[in-house]
Amino acid sequence: MAESHGEAKGGEAKGTASAHTEADGGHGFPPFSKETFPSQIVSLVIAFVALYVIVSRVALPKVGAVIDARQKSIDGDLAEAQRLKDESEAAMKAYESELATARARAQAIGAETREKLAASSDAERKALEDSLAAKLAAAETSIATTRATAMSNVRGIAADAASAIVQQLTGKAPAAKTVEAAVDASLKGTA
Amino acid sequence: MIDPIHQFQLNKIFTIGHIGNQEIVFTNSSAYMLLAVVLIAVMMMAAGRALVPGRFQSVVELSYEFVANTIRTSAGSHGMTFFPLVFSLFMFIFVSNIVGIIPYTFTVASHIIVTFALALLVFLTVIIYGFYKNGLKFFKLFVPSGIPVVILPLVVVIEIISFFSRPISHSVRLFANMLAGHVTLKVFASFVTMLGALGFVGKVGALLPLGLTVALTGLELMVAFLQAYVFTILTCIYLNDAIHPGH
Repeated sequence: MAESHGEAKGGEAKGTASAHTEADGGHGFPPFSKETFPSQIVSLVIAFVALYVIVSRVALPKVGAVIDARQKSIDGDLAEAQRLKDESEAAMKAYESELATARARAQAIGAETREKLAASSDAERKALEDSLAAKLAAAETSIATTRATAMSNVRGIAADAASAIVQQLTGKAPAAKTVEAAVDASLKGTA
Repeated sequence: MIDPIHQFQLNKIFTIGHIGNQEIVFTNSSAYMLLAVVLIAVMMMAAGRALVPGRFQSVVELSYEFVANTIRTSAGSHGMTFFPLVFSLFMFIFVSNIVGIIPYTFTVASHIIVTFALALLVFLTVIIYGFYKNGLKFFKLFVPSGIPVVILPLVVVIEIISFFSRPISHSVRLFANMLAGHVTLKVFASFVTMLGALGFVGKVGALLPLGLTVALTGLELMVAFLQAYVFTILTCIYLNDAIHPGH
């Protein structure tokens, strides 16, 4: 069984080839021994056709389908990720614009409130000043009145005192008219 | 002395039949061809369908993408018509080469008839598909554009010769690389055993060829892949001529 095919064929079919291989020590250079060519070609054709059929019918479609499925799933995932990214970016933008409007509104409200408060405090101050001015005026009038009254009281008291002094000195009550005239003259003199 | 040629010996396992006077036998080479086919088939079938591939599935998908990219870059997307053929060629040569590096195995591509048959398959595919796809325009392949009329006949002759020598260079490159590599490996490995038989000094001296054998095995692993790749990329370039014959 382990006998050389080349040698066997050589020995069987070609006397000269056999003699040549014999001279080389039993076998020639195997890759070049033509007797083996038909057998090798038949084996190769069988093996390669079988391989081609397996590869083209089963193996490549299967592996190709797996790779395609993976590519599709990767593409799908990437598209989904892009969609989510866009969505989150849109949400971020909406949030930022809302924040900006809210800030603007808050500033507007603040300004409005400040103005309103300033106006009301101005009005209050004015009212206070007005009422203070009125009170001051009233006070001044009352002071003037009181002074006038006091001055007239002073004339009466002075007249009474003068008539009492004169009565004490002379023993006789002077005429009221004379005393009043003298008091008036004296008040006028001092005044 | 170990015969470095012995590893290329074909051994008859059984007779398949007769074609005319010729006995067709199943040899160790046939067994290794079928082994390569079975290994490829099992590998491709056993690969999972996971969305995130494991190691094994990655290897299968990597080989798929590798061959597909090789075709796309050198023959364009039209070349994908020949994807099954190119993939079969690459995997067959690659797997049988790798198996052949394991000691005591047989390297299918170390026989010129095998590589020549594969190269001829590519050559005939190119011619048949070239005429089928382009009709007589396929002859433009031999008439490069932009060549002065004076030297055109010479160029056409050169183009024709180079075209018809393609199957030879295509097959001899792979065959010679595998043959030479395995002979070298065997020679260095036999030095180890020869020196090892010479006592202590011989055993120390055997370390050098042993290291060389290990290094050469690594080199042969690279050559096994590289030659399969070279065969594949040349196939793609030739197929590109069939698809787009104008230079």
